[in-house]
Amino acid sequence: MSTSALAAPIVAPLRNRQQWVERFAGMGFAFPAFMLLLVIDIVPLLVLLYLSFTNYELGALDTRFVGLDNFRKAVGDAVFRRSLGNTFVYVAIVLPLAVGLGLLIAVLLHSRKRTRSFYEVIYFLPVTSTLIAMATVWQFLLHPSLGPINGVLKALGFHEVAFLSEPSLVLPTLAAIGIWHLVGFNMVLFLAGLSAIPRDLYEAAEIDGCRSGIDRFMTITWPLLGPTTMFVIVTTSITAFKVFDTVAVMTRGGPMGSSEVLLYAIYLEGYQYFHMGYAAALTLVFLVFVLLFSIVQTFALDRRVHY
Amino acid sequence: MATPLALPVPTREPRAVTPLSVLARRIASLLLVHAVLIAGAVVILLPFVWMVITSIKSPPEIFAVDFSLWPKHFSGAENYGHALAKVPLVRFALNGIIVCLGILVVQVLVAVPCAYALAKLRFPGRNALFTLVLLGLCIPIQVPALPLYMGLAKVGMLNTYFAIMMPFFLSVFAIFLFRQFFKGYPDEIIQAARLDGMSEFEIVWRIVVPSAWPAIAAFAVFSFVAHWNDLYWPLIVISDTNLATPPLGMMFFADAESGSNYGALTAAATMLTAPLVLAFLFARRRFIDGITMTGIK
Repeated sequence: MSTSALAAPIVAPLRNRQQWVERFAGMGFAFPAFMLLLVIDIVPLLVLLYLSFTNYELGALDTRFVGLDNFRKAVGDAVFRRSLGNTFVYVAIVLPLAVGLGLLIAVLLHSRKRTRSFYEVIYFLPVTSTLIAMATVWQFLLHPSLGPINGVLKALGFHEVAFLSEPSLVLPTLAAIGIWHLVGFNMVLFLAGLSAIPRDLYEAAEIDGCRSGIDRFMTITWPLLGPTTMFVIVTTSITAFKVFDTVAVMTRGGPMGSSEVLLYAIYLEGYQYFHMGYAAALTLVFLVFVLLFSIVQTFALDRRVHY
Repeated sequence: MATPLALPVPTREPRAVTPLSVLARRIASLLLVHAVLIAGAVVILLPFVWMVITSIKSPPEIFAVDFSLWPKHFSGAENYGHALAKVPLVRFALNGIIVCLGILVVQVLVAVPCAYALAKLRFPGRNALFTLVLLGLCIPIQVPALPLYMGLAKVGMLNTYFAIMMPFFLSVFAIFLFRQFFKGYPDEIIQAARLDGMSEFEIVWRIVVPSAWPAIAAFAVFSFVAHWNDLYWPLIVISDTNLATPPLGMMFFADAESGSNYGALTAAATMLTAPLVLAFLFARRRFIDGITMTGIK
């Protein structure tokens, strides 16, 4: 800025005025967003916290403060424990496979020139499709007597498999559909990560004696892909942890509770049985887990943005 | 199972001196790569192909023991006609468009000024607000859903478009993304506009926003796809079939058919999946960029 004696008195009030304009405009611009944040997130969170300490039920006349009873009830609740366990089993199946397969496809696709976009479209298709509609189709595909998958199994001489009504098979089956839905998403994230790796690194490695593909992958690709992998892992964990759609449409928690998951349990308690207090407590448990994932994610996102 | 070529290596054209064995190995690994990719693609495409084919098959063929891929008799008209007659599928798609557009417009109108303020203006409470935005990124809809549902029930607004859209009017992700984008906008241009006598409001909408089109377009795709496909919240607040969004409508239809009429079910699934899939095929790059901008769904 000008330092001349003449200009100084003019610039100073201008700066002052600018400060006022910024203050006024800034607060005005942020106000609608802040109000919505208050109404949609902050107040509901406080209400949720309050509800979780009461035995409130929709339409009930008598509501009491029950302290930590809801949380104590949750610890002993067989349905809740089973749904939490099932959710973790689901995450444990989806996470390694959706990340691993996403990485494998991305690595295979990255060196393709002409066919890359062709495969990319196919693998990404499930991400854009409506999962509920596709779940209905999957239900048909997996049907014990009418589905083509069992048709093929029978033609090959195997017994028919009741994918969705056999308690030990239902979670792996839902997980497979979850992986089918997610793998293209992870593939694109990995492809973006791969294209950020400078090409001359590979040439340098080749000169240094890294001849085989596996060698190059272990010494260059894998370490440099670290931030991307981290991000994909957290993202996949959260998505898998929030499994709901396929359960709601295909199994409704059955058979015999073997596909009950956390969000479905919350949905039943809150919006079918109207046990608001208890559902609020379960929601808080859900939030704690999501926050644990999210803390890691915030760091991953931060690194991704500034990388 | 060693796949020497399966890695992102700058593929140099083999010189004329390349020995034949090396060439053979390259071709073998290329075949292996494509075999893996095609096998995966078949699994990915199976439900889509099966959906479309079943939707034009006649019931006896659907229930036939010796199933065939291509139908002998086409019953597409019956299946699609039945689906359209049984549930208002066009209405579901229309609801999806209304809801997604409504959400998107409010999200952008609210997020853009806020993001600009966070990126370029100095005002009291800025850091606190940004911290809240970052915290908001971690809260999925399922958390405030219960109190919001109770509030909407209390004011008698369940079963309205407003109820479906309301929790999504604020997208903290949009604020975060746009702020990141606006931060890179040169201060000199904004300063020059100010000296020209433009108000902050004009600067946002006439100068900064036009330069942020890529970010806004990417966000629009992200938002549209997310809310077109969302089931949890509409399932809670909507019980009126006429207000159902595509996933909810699909669920109503599947319940009504109790899973027996697969021809009509797959016809409905095809019609409700088609809009987004077609849009994706036409604007491939935009879709991929938009949806993968984040993992926050």
